[in-house]
Amino acid sequence: MTARTAVACGSLALALASAGCLSFYEISVETPIRAKLDVSPFQRVLVAGFITGGSKSIDPNTETARLLRSQLRGKSELKIIDADVIDLVDVYDKQRSKPVPEKADEVRVKDERDVLEYEPILKDEKYWKMIGEEYQSPLIITGSVLFTDVSRSGMVSKLQGYTDSMGRPAYEERREFANMRGYALTPKFVFIDGRTGAQLYSEGFYEESLYSETQNTPALSSYFELMDKLLPSFLNTLSTQKIQGTRVLLVK
Amino acid sequence: MTKRLGLIALILIGLSAPALADKRSDAKAQVAFGITVAQKGLWKEATQRWESATVIDPSYASAWNNLGIGYEQLGNFDGARKAYEKALELEPNNTYIRGNYDQFREIYDRQNRRRVR
Repeated sequence: MTARTAVACGSLALALASAGCLSFYEISVETPIRAKLDVSPFQRVLVAGFITGGSKSIDPNTETARLLRSQLRGKSELKIIDADVIDLVDVYDKQRSKPVPEKADEVRVKDERDVLEYEPILKDEKYWKMIGEEYQSPLIITGSVLFTDVSRSGMVSKLQGYTDSMGRPAYEERREFANMRGYALTPKFVFIDGRTGAQLYSEGFYEESLYSETQNTPALSSYFELMDKLLPSFLNTLSTQKIQGTRVLLVK
Repeated sequence: MTKRLGLIALILIGLSAPALADKRSDAKAQVAFGITVAQKGLWKEATQRWESATVIDPSYASAWNNLGIGYEQLGNFDGARKAYEKALELEPNNTYIRGNYDQFREIYDRQNRRRVR
């Protein structure tokens, strides 16, 4: 038997075999997403505090620090430093001798323009080096978090139930004008080298959730809903994440 | 003369058809083996098999699709995107390939998610 005949026989056998087999196979996959930042020089991480503002309904500084610390505890190999959350707005106002507002609960950061006014503190290497020395040169996480009320009006689609001429229940799409309100979250996470005070990486996001005007959604629950959308990307900065799913392998 | 040319053409077609079939069969064998090892979690070996299959038969969409999955699993996102896109170019209406690609793009885009407004 020549080589060509052998190949032909093999091909025929494969063709016959594959004719009786499946042409596709579903398989589980774990897609790894590599960390955006090399954190190997650090053993510890400090979620320091943020420039925060917007709605008075929650305290974004405390809530963000608490949430990020708890997420990092479960999904990062770095040791989390438990320390008081720094009020960066206060620190920066003291640094530049800006008079403290008369009312204690007055919001000093109302919008993105106000955030920009306070952003120089995020680049203050001397300040962050000092914080780093205090906590044995950890990776420092800081940035800004703006949580604001949003309201919009416009056309929305709704499914409306009705009974058709035969008496059967049916649905149709109806567009109607509606007033919506909700919250917007604009965080910017800044990662700082606690040994030098220099910025290593920063990443900004924008997310919003809108609800019907009649729906009463607590601000804190909306805050967590919005943070949930950003957390995978935040965590992926520090550690490799694996996303589970299924794909279809083909033979045909 | 015309008859002779026609005869030559027929002979050439006759010779090339089994060659093409052989190519696809060889590529199929690589693809099938790749699937067997991928099911055992040996993704590097599987990916190498699918790479070979695409070299043997570059018009084999299934091989490109599987290669996309293999690259994705190994974290080679650029390679995965190119492989899926090649598979879709060859078989634009294949719903399996489209489904795999859409799921991959969701992760790919999420990873590269930046502030959008």
